[in-house]
Amino acid sequence: MSLRIFVPIDSSALSVGAESVAQAILAEAERLGVAIELVRNGSRGLFWLEPLVEVETPAGRISYGPVKPSDVPDLFASGFLNGRPHRLGHGLTEHIPYFAGQERLTFSRVGIGDPLCLEAYRANGGFGGLERALALSPAELVQEVTDSGLRGRGGAAFPTGVKWRTVLEAEAPHKYVVCNADEGDSGTFSDRMLMEGDPFCLIEGMTIAALAVGATQGYIYSRSEYPHAFRTLQCAIAKARDAGLLGPDVLGSGHAFELEVRMGAGAYICGEETSMLESLEGKRGLVRFKPPLPAISGLFGMPTVINNVMSLASVPIILSKGASFYRDYGVGRSHGTLPFQLAGNIRHGGLVEKAFGLTLGELLYDYGGGSASGRPIRAVQVGGPLGAYVPESRFDVPLDYEAFSQMGAMIGHGGIVAFDDRVDMARMARYAMEFCVIESCGKCTPCRIGSQRGVEVIDRIIANQERAKNLALLDSLCDTMIKGSLCAMGGMAPYPVLSAVKHFPEDFGIGQSARAA
Amino acid sequence: MSTASSIDLDAIQGIVREKASLPGALLPILHAIQGRTGWVPEEAVPLIADALNLSRAEVQGVLDFYHDFRREPPGRHIVQICRAESCQAMGAQALETHVKSSLAVDFHQTTADGSISLEPVYCLGNCACSPAIRIDDEVFGRVDSNRFDTLVDRLRAEEVSA
Repeated sequence: MSLRIFVPIDSSALSVGAESVAQAILAEAERLGVAIELVRNGSRGLFWLEPLVEVETPAGRISYGPVKPSDVPDLFASGFLNGRPHRLGHGLTEHIPYFAGQERLTFSRVGIGDPLCLEAYRANGGFGGLERALALSPAELVQEVTDSGLRGRGGAAFPTGVKWRTVLEAEAPHKYVVCNADEGDSGTFSDRMLMEGDPFCLIEGMTIAALAVGATQGYIYSRSEYPHAFRTLQCAIAKARDAGLLGPDVLGSGHAFELEVRMGAGAYICGEETSMLESLEGKRGLVRFKPPLPAISGLFGMPTVINNVMSLASVPIILSKGASFYRDYGVGRSHGTLPFQLAGNIRHGGLVEKAFGLTLGELLYDYGGGSASGRPIRAVQVGGPLGAYVPESRFDVPLDYEAFSQMGAMIGHGGIVAFDDRVDMARMARYAMEFCVIESCGKCTPCRIGSQRGVEVIDRIIANQERAKNLALLDSLCDTMIKGSLCAMGGMAPYPVLSAVKHFPEDFGIGQSARAA
Repeated sequence: MSTASSIDLDAIQGIVREKASLPGALLPILHAIQGRTGWVPEEAVPLIADALNLSRAEVQGVLDFYHDFRREPPGRHIVQICRAESCQAMGAQALETHVKSSLAVDFHQTTADGSISLEPVYCLGNCACSPAIRIDDEVFGRVDSNRFDTLVDRLRAEEVSA
């Protein structure tokens, strides 16, 4: 049997040279006349080590990284094919503390094998959830997901089972399952990693959702910024259809479920669920008024389940291992695990799937290893561009939906962006408003005009023009946006702004302005 | 490069015909036209409107709403610089300044030689390897000024040899 070597095909790994490393390994093996099997896996999520090359040995998979093409001859010469030590070596991948400390449920298969190999998917526990789901009634399926405590992983944290029940009970000629894969938040990449690294898991989760609510058509709405994920999904869907997992008769059950991946067109707002529906219908991504809820009147006016990639990809393991297995992870009303994403100025950036309840500090220092620059971490933004900035004094708050909401922050999609002590928080506040100007759908005034005025007011504060007056005006403007906007875009863009002012007043000249006045 | 004078309306008509029956066909049609032509010419709008039974204004509205769709021919390559928070935390602003001055263009402009169109982008999902940029369909991580220059030199060298 030839030796198996793994080089990720994940787009982050490719972005730092994984493809040329793979080519160098093939070339060197040929030059030496060694038979190897090169497997292109997803990423393990230890991105500071990418390109991470793994070699299969009797003891397990040994990892080396970050590998450059020029390191490859030396790796061969020092016996990496037998897992021998090397200056780039990290021993058994699963013993690397960053990896060993995780609780990988949703990401149990990502990084293990070829993402598009159905046999590998099945061999690693794939389709166990779907097989069990086919033996349950829709009501039992919905109950199982409700009992698991799963809440929407896109950010809103709405109980998934409750949403499914509403769609199940709605009567209509057609129902839809829509996967929100429009992962636009800066600092997040878990959806992308899963779509590229374990696409059948998402397909399985969507098929289970379709069985639960009686839907026959599904759409995955992904991003044009994710070309690799799009191609991987298209290929996975075609393979699943060929294998009878999708189509008019899913696994011989008599249930039909068709699935299609659609590409967005660079509009952040289309991650908002009603804007996404408009976009899928071929219209401008204008947010809809609610009610009616999409669960009652969604895509093309039909009852529609809309879930995030992470929510849907958590469903197979909930079904295969049972609701209580999943529910027992976590704290309070935050059950299960969340794949956190460490990004920005962080030494060990990557994906950390853990049960809810650990603290930001543990993530930033125990996993993240502090800042990449070696300077103190001054602020972190949690939950994307609409999430609050959290100062170091709050790094001990547990990552739990309720604890975060109590301090005026949100966990959102689990993205954590670290900034060192060189960050200018007034500029970050200005950026938050500027982003809202660029990405507002324009339907409601508080968001469309409020964000524009927000940029101008912050500019005046930075320029020290009537600072106290403009700070009061900014406060009032934020209040209007929060209370008067139609959706979370305008309704939450003030959070990074207000948290920046509150926790980092010195960056806005507060204190100075009192003296000046 | 496609110019206004060399628009292949037959090809566009073919795309429209092929995809018109998809539910919510407008975005897939616009993506397919742009994928083939590099942009969406004005002449495509009435063809699409007819096929989908929409007004021209509705089609134009969608074309204008989404950042991705281009209404003018772009350069031979599209370079996108991520401006989002994670990349900012790792020096994207300095990179942006360098890119604009070395290419001598601002965002939404094309270099004088028609080689590169520069665009901002708000997150490429490569946040653990910030700063990130995209050149055509390839994403690059941990990009500083030096790496950017190397990538652009390579791009231009490939153009010369092509």
